[in-house]
Amino acid sequence: MTDIVTFSLDGKSVTARSDQSIWDVAKEKGTLIPHLCHADKPGYEADGNCRACMVEIEGERVLAASCVRKPSEGMIVSTKSNRASNARKMVIELLNADQPKEGSAYTNGSHFLKMADLTNTHGSRFSPRTTPEADISHPAMTVNLDACINCNLCVRACRDVQVNDVIGMANRGAHSKIVFDFDDPMGSSTCVACGECVQACPTGALLEKTMLDSPGTEKEIDSVCPFCGVGCQLTYKVRDEKIVAVEGRNGPANEGRLCVKGRFGFDYIHNPERLTKPLVRKEGVAKSDVSTLDPANPFTHFREASWEEALDIAANGLKKIRDEKNGDALAGFGSAKGSNEEAYLFQKLIRTGFGTNNVDHCTRLCHASSVAALLETVGSGAVSAPFNEAANSDVILVIGANPAVNHPVAATFFKNAVKRGAKLIVIDPRGQPLSKLATHELREKPGSDVALLNSIMHVIVEEDLTDEDYISRHTDDFVTLADHLKDYDPIRMEERTGIAAEEVRTVARLFATAKSAIIFWGMGISQHVHGTDNSRCLISLALMTGQIGRPGTGLHPLRGQNNVQGASDVALIPMFLPDYQSVEDPAIRGKFETFWGTKIPEKSGLTVVEITEAIHKKEITGMYIMGENPAMSDPNVTHAREALSMLDTLVVQDLFITETAAYADVVLPASAWPEKDGTVTNTNRQVQMGRAAVPLPGDARQDLWIIQEIAKRMGLNWNYTHPKEVFNELTQIMNSIKGLSWDRVEKEDAVIYPCKSAEDPGQAIIFTDIFPTASGRGKFVPASLISPDETPDKDYPVILTTGRLLEHWHTGSMTRRSHVLDAVEPEPTVQMPPSMFEELGINAGDKVAISSRRGHLKIKTRMDSAVQSGMVFIPFCFTEAAANLLTNDALDPFGKIAEVKFCAVKVEKLA
Amino acid sequence: MGKSASFQLSSKAPGLGKRKAKHYAKGRQPKADAVADVKALLRNQLTGRDQLIEHLHLLQDHFGALTHDHLVALAQEMKLGLAEVYEVATFYHNFNVVGNLTDVPEMTIKVCDSLTCELTGSKALRSELHQIYGDKIKVTHGACMGRCDKAPVVRLKNQYVETATTTKIKDALAEEGTPQDPPQPTVSYSDYCTSGGFNVLKDLQASALTAEEIIEQLKTSGHRGLGGAGFPHGAKLESVLSVPGPRYMAVNADESEPGTFKDRHYMNTNPYQFLEGMLIGAEIVKAEAIYIFLRDEYPDTARILSKAIETVQGEGLNKECPIFLRRGAGAYICGEESAMLESLEGKRALPRHKPPFPAHVGLFGRPTLINNVETLYWLPEIIAKGENWYQQGGRHGSNGFRTFSLSGHVNKPGVYLTPAGITAQELIDEFGGGMKDGHSFKGYLPGGASGGILPASMADIPLDFGKLEHHGCFVGSAAVIVLSDKDDLKSVGRNLMRFFEDESCGQCTPCRAGTEKALALMQQENWDQDLLIELSDCMRDASICGLGQAAPNGLLSLIKFFPEDLA
Repeated sequence: MTDIVTFSLDGKSVTARSDQSIWDVAKEKGTLIPHLCHADKPGYEADGNCRACMVEIEGERVLAASCVRKPSEGMIVSTKSNRASNARKMVIELLNADQPKEGSAYTNGSHFLKMADLTNTHGSRFSPRTTPEADISHPAMTVNLDACINCNLCVRACRDVQVNDVIGMANRGAHSKIVFDFDDPMGSSTCVACGECVQACPTGALLEKTMLDSPGTEKEIDSVCPFCGVGCQLTYKVRDEKIVAVEGRNGPANEGRLCVKGRFGFDYIHNPERLTKPLVRKEGVAKSDVSTLDPANPFTHFREASWEEALDIAANGLKKIRDEKNGDALAGFGSAKGSNEEAYLFQKLIRTGFGTNNVDHCTRLCHASSVAALLETVGSGAVSAPFNEAANSDVILVIGANPAVNHPVAATFFKNAVKRGAKLIVIDPRGQPLSKLATHELREKPGSDVALLNSIMHVIVEEDLTDEDYISRHTDDFVTLADHLKDYDPIRMEERTGIAAEEVRTVARLFATAKSAIIFWGMGISQHVHGTDNSRCLISLALMTGQIGRPGTGLHPLRGQNNVQGASDVALIPMFLPDYQSVEDPAIRGKFETFWGTKIPEKSGLTVVEITEAIHKKEITGMYIMGENPAMSDPNVTHAREALSMLDTLVVQDLFITETAAYADVVLPASAWPEKDGTVTNTNRQVQMGRAAVPLPGDARQDLWIIQEIAKRMGLNWNYTHPKEVFNELTQIMNSIKGLSWDRVEKEDAVIYPCKSAEDPGQAIIFTDIFPTASGRGKFVPASLISPDETPDKDYPVILTTGRLLEHWHTGSMTRRSHVLDAVEPEPTVQMPPSMFEELGINAGDKVAISSRRGHLKIKTRMDSAVQSGMVFIPFCFTEAAANLLTNDALDPFGKIAEVKFCAVKVEKLA
Repeated sequence: MGKSASFQLSSKAPGLGKRKAKHYAKGRQPKADAVADVKALLRNQLTGRDQLIEHLHLLQDHFGALTHDHLVALAQEMKLGLAEVYEVATFYHNFNVVGNLTDVPEMTIKVCDSLTCELTGSKALRSELHQIYGDKIKVTHGACMGRCDKAPVVRLKNQYVETATTTKIKDALAEEGTPQDPPQPTVSYSDYCTSGGFNVLKDLQASALTAEEIIEQLKTSGHRGLGGAGFPHGAKLESVLSVPGPRYMAVNADESEPGTFKDRHYMNTNPYQFLEGMLIGAEIVKAEAIYIFLRDEYPDTARILSKAIETVQGEGLNKECPIFLRRGAGAYICGEESAMLESLEGKRALPRHKPPFPAHVGLFGRPTLINNVETLYWLPEIIAKGENWYQQGGRHGSNGFRTFSLSGHVNKPGVYLTPAGITAQELIDEFGGGMKDGHSFKGYLPGGASGGILPASMADIPLDFGKLEHHGCFVGSAAVIVLSDKDDLKSVGRNLMRFFEDESCGQCTPCRAGTEKALALMQQENWDQDLLIELSDCMRDASICGLGQAAPNGLLSLIKFFPEDLA
């Protein structure tokens, strides 16, 4: 309920809602009261510390800070009284005294200077304090505290908004000072470089290094971040056709926030290794000879070619295979990094031009098992609620996910929820930044998810904590599950999970009895041979407690890549046509054949790892790979690389000579995200608009154009002149986004689906009433214990798990070419628990040899107590020590996802 | 090598290859031995964010200082960010944050630099001590130690040397570490009970007396809060009761206004009467818990109180209501009630914006009854003796009694219970034994460092709430510091401003920058009075709390009443 109050503002009677401050009302009425510590942005509460916004309230002894003061009925407020304006001017004059000289490199154009202008206060009659030293230790940002006005915005940015808790205000009074951790240099602190503080700083005391001495930016382009499934909206700041800075925009997913990649990671597009001319493999250079290939100078292996020549070679190679064998001898990997339009056209090309359903992308290595389980039980593979629903949750369960690293901005909302009072349960073998905020942290033994989740559900059933009403109205087969769960007493599972039975019971009760509980999961759940089973358990947990379909509840597999949701929706997968309609269903296929005007192969195609196998069996001999890097991302990557080398024709379309492009016959220089227009769909099901900010370098071309040129050469008569034509084609055949149009997304920046009509705002929370299954009900599917495919033994006694680093995305082809990201995480490391250092008799930073039955590597060690004993973690983005040389390519039978989260290795001290 | 061996290799890695990866996760990481130290110390301790300052005390008491390694370990154990721990540890002056224990001097001597001590030669004493002990012992300054009747005062760990001289300090250093007998209150538990103590509380608990009756009596008596603001006691209880519970009670025993030592006097002499008043208050508002915030400068009082609390709890007088004795860590700002609440919550003591008032949104966001020690001390006596008894105290039109802390150039400085409304001249003559030989009465500070300064010619004004305000002064905590013709009033002004500069929490610009810039201007031989007045206006009008608002009072008094001394 919002009460309305009426009060007098500068002699005029005005009204205010009870949540508005005097400052808000004044702004609404056209008076900008000077403000320094008040950001007036989402997530930032007014703090009232700078005192630049003082107003006079009749009858009060002292002035009031208008940003924190709420008007009350009949209050008489003056923003213009002498007393108030004198105080405001004096505040600015006091601060002016300590500011660096006007026109200094970092304060140029700052908000503070604008406010000084607004109050017409220049210079100062007071003498300055001693100037603090500059801190330039961080590769991305400078700290010049002589410009600092102690407004505390950076502390709030770091503590309240992003909840990283690195920045504090140390000491007190005139000696109070912004510090990182223990007054450490920013570059050696726990700072994760999200840059929220830089965006919040009103003075330039905290600034992007790229903006230092900046003569300003020429244009600003609104777009969306390409670095993960969160889908943060942002604004590129462009100068001399280069992106010099990036600012978070108030999008529905990010509310102005960004992470280190989105803030500082865009210079990869200007990297000198960027491909600007089509390349063709030189005669006589063997494909297995990759070790001497330098992406900075690929001319040892490739020669430049014209587009015409390169496209002809590419298409002819593929066409020859299609025509001489059949379409199924070809395969295509599209990318979840591109736009919906690109993904759609790519799969349409493979299906209708190549004549095969052998089209897949990294979703296979990502959430394929989650999607399999979701489709099977609740009839839809997408999330049931946006991650922002955490704001309405009483209990948040994060399992098999490390969102602070992989979905950093989503994690900030979970942390905000905890600060608000929500209880956080974190279940993962490895510790993580969220551990600190967790009410319960269950560091289970790796691969024991089914045992643990079943024992949690056992307690819920045993203690009658299920939502019987929900179960009876909305689900099927509960009895079977309940019966199955009898064997999973937490005491019996303790040995397997490593979690005390009492802790399991507490967590079970907490989740089941919460008013609203939501589940987030990641690759720790999906990348197992029992990945589908893991997801089935999570779905059962939500269904039996009725924690779905309401605000603050739901199932949310955190999607990894920026457009993995969209790419899957538009059918960049072998078994489905758009909107997850089975390609093997003749009626559906017939509908699309009519719409596309061509035949579509009847059988589902092969998945990523299956394609590798098919190449080894010589069943597939030609591939078109756009923006994917299987030579790094595939499990047991030696096997995958060998497969790539065996192809008769490999066409790779990318920005750089990736590890995959090293095996190509033709490399086509493509467009980076900030160089193109297109839509992407984030983990929340929000379709968002990406816009070109800078021109393509050299002779690089739009991906959409390249796909079409290949299509034309494969005999398709395509003539799309703009992505909007592709998008509008999508809306004709996809019920989920029927209410969307290019123009609408262009106008609104983001529209959530399902969305039925142009008037429909879209449905954020789904399954509110029925499930999109045949019966309209959700289904319980019991999961039994399956051990990981390869368990530790005498020869390989240690468990290897893999994943990402905050700074590097996917295989690192983009992020390792970003100056800042490379500077922060420049080389491969294995994260090992302190006990292992003792056992091996080595120091942190020493190199070790790690081997598995599939490969071996040498790698520098990093001591990290987050890793449990008996386990090591290697990020998979470093080609010098590629984690996937070691991983196991055993597959989950349903999702066909490989078990890259678990394999057995040996760790040895290097002589 | 097998056939696939070459596929182990790939093309040259991207990245500049110029930097090396870190050997540990980002930033400072906990070290095993420091974690073990912290775990051992925190065993059996309460947990929770609000315990941070208590835990810092534990560490510093045990190790002599707070090392970075211990703070990292503490942050991990308490699940706090490093910065959160560091900013709290560095905010409070009594914490000593060091890189290593080897950086800690064996002994630190703190010489009180509050006005009374400075008037009695603490500056000279400090430089003498510097010369004598050089680098062996760290000689530094300390804020008012609440023993102004025995100035100058020096602190060695938990030992205080009163009317300190270099000889006395030398002797004290030699004795340092020898166990001392626990201090005893003047009035023991049985003494207090024998004289009718705790009867009011028991009557209230037995419903022989109602909360409404007590509130009514307090209102009639005219009893006011004696921490400085003088808010009517009965009205405060009503205000707290106007918001539904659960509620808390917080006792402000952070008597830090320079020149004030009356609360210490009551806690040391008759702690049970204070505790009875406290328990009555808690009973009236049905407090879930009572927090006593005691300043760190009173270790003797801490021992007396903790024993007395134990006794009271042993006797079941607190019913089910837990009493937590919390220890300040050196911050004058904690005398400001909302800053004290922040400190009780384990944070930096930054005053909150009002409204909402702490009576309604207080400790941990709940309605909280906050009273000063002396306010509570009088509560049972007023109820026992009746409101008329209390009202009849007073002269010059004031009602009730006041306790003055009298210091400076008088013959008999000390704590005096006087009729409310007494004038400074009367206080000096009737209680203070007149001016010291060789000193003639020049002026006085009616309310410690923040209450302004009045000339001897205005020593006939009743020292009570509401009587001094139109002169730009106030009586506050009733700390009267007497100045003489031998004092340099510019130095007095600098001393006061330096105090505020040192004690400003730093939250708001007018106070943080204002005190610093004002002090810089006042360090000059000639003061830019126009600019100082302009600055003072902003500090008074625009500071968040009373500290910044009152900080220029002394300065403005000097400009107004002592122009010839500033020439």
